Amino acid sequence: MNTVTLTPKKQSDLYLEVNNITPDMFAGKSTEQIAALPVYVGNTEHPLGEFFTVTGAAGASAAETRIVIKGDSSRLKYIGMKMTAGEIEVEGSADQYVGGWMAGGKIHVQGNVQAFAGVGMRGGELLVDGNAGDYLGAAYRGDWRGMQGGKIYIKGNAGSDLGYFMNGGTIVVDGDVDVFVGTHAEGGTIIIKGNAKSKVGGQMVQGEIYVFGTIDVMLPGYIYRQELEKEVEGMKGKFALFEGDTAERHPKRKGQLQYAKLYLKQ
Amino acid sequence: MTKTITDVICPFCGTLCDDIEVTVSDDGKKILEVFNACAIGNEKFHHAMAKDRPVRPRMQQADGTYKEVSYDEAVEYTAQMLANAKKPLMYGWSSTNCEAQSIGHEIAEAVGAVVDNTAAVCHGTTLIAVQDVGIPSCTLGEIKNRADRILFWGCNPAHAHPRHMSRYSIFPRGFFTGKGSQSRKLIVVDPRHSDTSKLADVYYQVEQGRDYELLQAFRTALKGEWLPDVVAGIPKERIYEGAELMKSGRFGIIFFGMGVTQTLGKNHNIDAAISLTKDLNEYTKFSIMPMRGHYNVTGSGEVLAWQFGFPYSVDLSRGYARYNPGDTSSIDLLIRGEVDSVFTIASDPGAHFPISAVKRIASLPSVAVDPHITPTTEVSKLHVPVAFVGIEVGGNAYRMDNVPIDTRKVVDPPEGVLTDEQFLERVLIRVKELKGVKA
Ligand code: SF4
Repeated sequence: MNTVTLTPKKQSDLYLEVNNITPDMFAGKSTEQIAALPVYVGNTEHPLGEFFTVTGAAGASAAETRIVIKGDSSRLKYIGMKMTAGEIEVEGSADQYVGGWMAGGKIHVQGNVQAFAGVGMRGGELLVDGNAGDYLGAAYRGDWRGMQGGKIYIKGNAGSDLGYFMNGGTIVVDGDVDVFVGTHAEGGTIIIKGNAKSKVGGQMVQGEIYVFGTIDVMLPGYIYRQELEKEVEGMKGKFALFEGDTAERHPKRKGQLQYAKLYLKQ
Repeated sequence: MTKTITDVICPFCGTLCDDIEVTVSDDGKKILEVFNACAIGNEKFHHAMAKDRPVRPRMQQADGTYKEVSYDEAVEYTAQMLANAKKPLMYGWSSTNCEAQSIGHEIAEAVGAVVDNTAAVCHGTTLIAVQDVGIPSCTLGEIKNRADRILFWGCNPAHAHPRHMSRYSIFPRGFFTGKGSQSRKLIVVDPRHSDTSKLADVYYQVEQGRDYELLQAFRTALKGEWLPDVVAGIPKERIYEGAELMKSGRFGIIFFGMGVTQTLGKNHNIDAAISLTKDLNEYTKFSIMPMRGHYNVTGSGEVLAWQFGFPYSVDLSRGYARYNPGDTSSIDLLIRGEVDSVFTIASDPGAHFPISAVKRIASLPSVAVDPHITPTTEVSKLHVPVAFVGIEVGGNAYRMDNVPIDTRKVVDPPEGVLTDEQFLERVLIRVKELKGVKA
């Protein structure tokens, strides 16, 4: 695998939209060609090379290309948007839409990510050492398809609206989450190792949520079913299983209504 | 001799009352008396007559004082500011007519701006929910004539929309509601007692921030499912009773306001309320309607939607429309430092935005177009006074139920004062010259 390194050389006055920083766009290009790719500041277009020094070499395909972004990326939007393969390593924190609509490959952010990370994600892996903002793995506005596949792993905390309209894939948060988890979800797995506040699994049709810590206020539409032994993310334990959201519609399978499952660690 | 103008539209709140009568002086320059309007509507008409009203644009000087400038200079400053910005924000629009909004959007498209309206701080969350789950709605006329179950959730029309209850929702006698308020059951949900809740047949004092839970509990109750003993501070028996009361009506309506759109839950509260409305239609006819505030904020959403496909927070900077409140919404853009100039019109973010956002406006090149001196004009570099829409110039506005109504001019604006439309038209011509866009 070949590595392209981007080292910032100039700060933009406004935010930079860098949806072209993906292994897919870099693959098969020379450093000059990569430096000529457009990035956007508001309504203006600039060559990537105006803001970054480009070194190293790209692979022949996206899968053989690794991108390292040095320095602070907290004013870069859309890193790794729609990428299908390869790797991106962000050494600092990143702004919104990291890994938005990504279908494959791997992104590792050493700092924090802002809102809308992994929106509409279809595959691949997004690993964040710090915290995530709101709408992690959610649907983009108006879309009814949130995260559909792949894996998101947040080592810190996450904001509100995690997994909004999610219908596949897995999100793991080591820390705590804010309100609204898995709202409108129709599938997928959400694992919260810390605490949740309220509005967990609202209007959820199907899918699974595991909470290792506490939930401040449960929604009225969740009914306690039974206690179960489960192994989740390499941890064994007893979980109380709740099913819901009874306020919402649910499909039938073999004559049985299929509910979303909420597991609360005992 | 004085003249009386009838069927005047009140340009204050989203109720857009169309039965106002205004007496004006013989020369058509002064408003003498206003009939039928409520206190706040009345005030709006008389405000136009204020003696100390600015009638020429004012440019802020380095020492904080203002210098009067000509409209020509104001047009030049505004056009230059917008044309040279990388990401200008054009905010407001809710108290002007659809004609002006449309010209403003043309400017936004030419300069690659973000266009946003006051829904960003009131019913924008409603618009998000509508996009997610749709909306079964109706007109205020249908409510007057048919509705026998009225729910006010998180709103206080007694103060915010004073004539709403007498004209449409509680007291009027309609075709099928011949006994007025006796034909209707009024349910009010609000964490605080209000002058509206005093009128309620059934009042739910929901716990602060638990509207979502209560709405979902009503949906659960409708399905006859199990509920915990108490939800959001309300015993479950009362929730089952409320669900029955709603089901038993012939035509029901949920009105909701900023008590649910801007408190914990935001768009999800409205999403749940719309879903409840949808569920109720399994049993009877039910509709839902936001209590829109500014008299033409609805129109701003309509015009934006037919021009760009989205009702607010539309980012045109990349040459196509992007819409994602949280990213493209005014307060977020200002606080995050994403815009480099601010144009406001027909609204007062200076009074309604968080202080950090207002400080940002003050630090950027900025223009405020407004008939009054407001907190926004005071932090902006240039203030352009204009005629009062609906009083000194007519034009189209949309009522809260999406019914378009043509407002009426009752008096002339002060000598030489431009209307929003005239000012924007001139800015558009200049912007096109600067950007090399064909006229
Ligand atoms: S209710 Fe609203 S529209 Fe009607 S008179 Fe009062 S302020 Fe004007």
